[in-house]
Amino acid sequence: MPTTELVLGGAMMAALCLYAVFGGADFGGGVWDLFASGPRKAEQRALIEKAIGPIWEANHVWLILAVVLLFSSFPTAFAAISIALHVPLTLFLIGVVFRGSAFTFRAYDDRNDGRQQRWGLLFSLASIASPILLGVIAGTIASGEIHVESGVVTSGYFAPWLRPFPLFVGLFALALYAYLAAVFLAAEADAAGSAELTSDFRRRALIAGAVVGVVALFTFALSFSGAPLIRAGLTGRPWTWPLHVATATAAMTAFSALWKRKFGVARLAVVAQTSLILVGWAASQYPYLLVPSHTLFNSAANPRTQQLLIIALAAGSALLFPSLYVLYRIFKGNKPFRILDRRRE
Amino acid sequence: MDHLTYARAQMGFSLAFHMLFAAVGVALPLFMVIADVLYRRTGDRDWLEFSKRMAKGTAILFAVGAVSGTVLSFEMGLLWPNFMGTFGDVIGLPFAMEGFAFFTEAIFLGIYLYGRGRIPSGFHLAAGIGVAVSGAASAFFVTLVNAAMNLPAGFTMENGHPINIDPIAAMFSPPWKHETLHALLACYQATAFALAGIHAAVLLRHPKSSLFRKAFAVSLAVASITAVLQPISGDHSAHSIAETEPLKLAAAEAHFKTQTHAPLRIGGIPDMKTGEVHYGLEIPSGLSLLAAHDPAAEVKGLNDFPREDWPPVASTHYAFEVMVGAGSAMALLGVVAAFLAWRKKGVPDGRLFLWAVVASGPLGFIALEAGWLVTELGRQPWIMHGVMRTRDAVTPFPHLLPPFWTFTVLYLFLGVAVVYLLFRQLRAAPMEAGPPSLGGPDAHH
Repeated sequence: MPTTELVLGGAMMAALCLYAVFGGADFGGGVWDLFASGPRKAEQRALIEKAIGPIWEANHVWLILAVVLLFSSFPTAFAAISIALHVPLTLFLIGVVFRGSAFTFRAYDDRNDGRQQRWGLLFSLASIASPILLGVIAGTIASGEIHVESGVVTSGYFAPWLRPFPLFVGLFALALYAYLAAVFLAAEADAAGSAELTSDFRRRALIAGAVVGVVALFTFALSFSGAPLIRAGLTGRPWTWPLHVATATAAMTAFSALWKRKFGVARLAVVAQTSLILVGWAASQYPYLLVPSHTLFNSAANPRTQQLLIIALAAGSALLFPSLYVLYRIFKGNKPFRILDRRRE
Repeated sequence: MDHLTYARAQMGFSLAFHMLFAAVGVALPLFMVIADVLYRRTGDRDWLEFSKRMAKGTAILFAVGAVSGTVLSFEMGLLWPNFMGTFGDVIGLPFAMEGFAFFTEAIFLGIYLYGRGRIPSGFHLAAGIGVAVSGAASAFFVTLVNAAMNLPAGFTMENGHPINIDPIAAMFSPPWKHETLHALLACYQATAFALAGIHAAVLLRHPKSSLFRKAFAVSLAVASITAVLQPISGDHSAHSIAETEPLKLAAAEAHFKTQTHAPLRIGGIPDMKTGEVHYGLEIPSGLSLLAAHDPAAEVKGLNDFPREDWPPVASTHYAFEVMVGAGSAMALLGVVAAFLAWRKKGVPDGRLFLWAVVASGPLGFIALEAGWLVTELGRQPWIMHGVMRTRDAVTPFPHLLPPFWTFTVLYLFLGVAVVYLLFRQLRAAPMEAGPPSLGGPDAHH
């Protein structure tokens, strides 16, 4: 039996994975909204809006769920992270506010005037800034640069995150989200039978996929000095190697499926790749929640609360996943989770 | 302003802002569901149009509510890390449940807003009901957290840390019943009064519009019912608070000296030095009646408590007066509306009455905000009553001025944008019943 700490940590990680895959793709949609170009500029933006509109709010709640799990299951870790990363967290929140409200305001504002463009620009810029900041926050947590002595943060409010490694994790998150979004959009354009839009987003996906690879290499190189414990976890633990092999396989499958225009496979593979990257991060950092002061175990809530939280999670999931399935079934085709989408005749 | 004041101001402003959108997110879905049901029953397209308008409003306001709620969940830690670090697992359970309720609300809202015409209408209605129910559930759960802060239960303190935690007892701390009832009613009441006010204003200019007459009738009905029920719930609250949070009641009433036959003060300026209240109207034995339903009952005054534990008396008292004043005016309007409707056997639409409804449009939200101020200010100087003071919970992060001003300006900007957009939505559609209106997701299909 896994311990309750492990179950709650795992649930939090699962929520973060789902946020990265679904919420991440919504941020990526904002990136492609900014870079919409060529003769089908308007059609690209319309596809992005159609893809994100019904689902972004639900996708966004994964983040809230992860935060709630963090502060109810591991309260002291939440407190330390909130103190040390006050600045990037606040900036990220500003990004979240602008992204969500600008997207909605654009949908309901006048269709034909400059205001549309201004809301769109705000939506795009926030969609670019937020993932970078999210990556910076994750990178700093992993870096081991936040020092807490007897409950007091001693490493300052700027120095730990204004460093190359967190910045590159931020860029990596941005590239990955843009890649996810491009693959999803290519698959949706393909399912809708629009060959031209499909190749627009296929081209963008291939470029973004290559960028993801390059940034990943840089980030890994920086981790030697920037996050020694993560680097050691990535390479030194025997059980992380199968994860890396699986991640690499998913990445190559995604890329080659894109190349061969098998968008259903590409979509599934890129989801697997993203999830495996996050799981790999978690496995390397285990058992730390905030390196090097807080672990799953030394910051855990009292046992009774943990048990009840697990019960609440189980009951909540029984409500949540069927509803989510319905949402996706309505807006993402008849069988959204089938490996290969049915092609329109 | 000092460090603590900046933190409190940022939290207060964020909550005050979020609350408006959260309340609307709870209540507007009720109106869209009512309109949908009436459309199914009657086939009258006015109801369909009304439902679509409510849905558009919900979409805009829910988005702002969702993002400002995200900000709040982080601000709990950004501003009050010691509170969250110490009591995160005591109050975590209702927060987790609120998270799930909010999640299902977001999912069903997506289905409802974008699914009209794409999914069977019965299923569409079910999604709308899902939105309304999960919205109410999330308001219920988050109010439980507030109750737990007002009167902590389910643990004992040892060396500044909670031990022997019983999370269920903590979740249902004594004030939970009256707080959740009062807060939920307030959401429907505030939204209904705002809707009734808006539609009364439109009716004054376009008295013939059948769409707006129907919209006005539904909003006025909900407004009147909640306005009459809320004072009863408020009396129940006052009665419970007198027993469990006597200091809060004393501050709200600016009641300094413990006495029997305690008078109820209306208005008045409390003098903190002398413990007297100037220029107020006093109803003999009123407070004793309110607190204990007995004119001779003794009501504890502020002077019985250590000065360092006093809430800010004047601001708590003024907030209370504003809430009760607005609530009474709304209850009066509710009774008048019921009387006029009974006499006319129809929706009252005299110009004078319509003007009164327009004037009372903002009262619901004013009362909602004032009531929240009473419960929050009345708990000070504690963040968790009796166990942690607000000043001990605040973050050590030293630069709180920039985030305070950033969020203040950001929210003011969003507020202006939302009002503008809603105004546009109101004007976008034809004044007589007609084809589906322009703009928004509904227009794509």
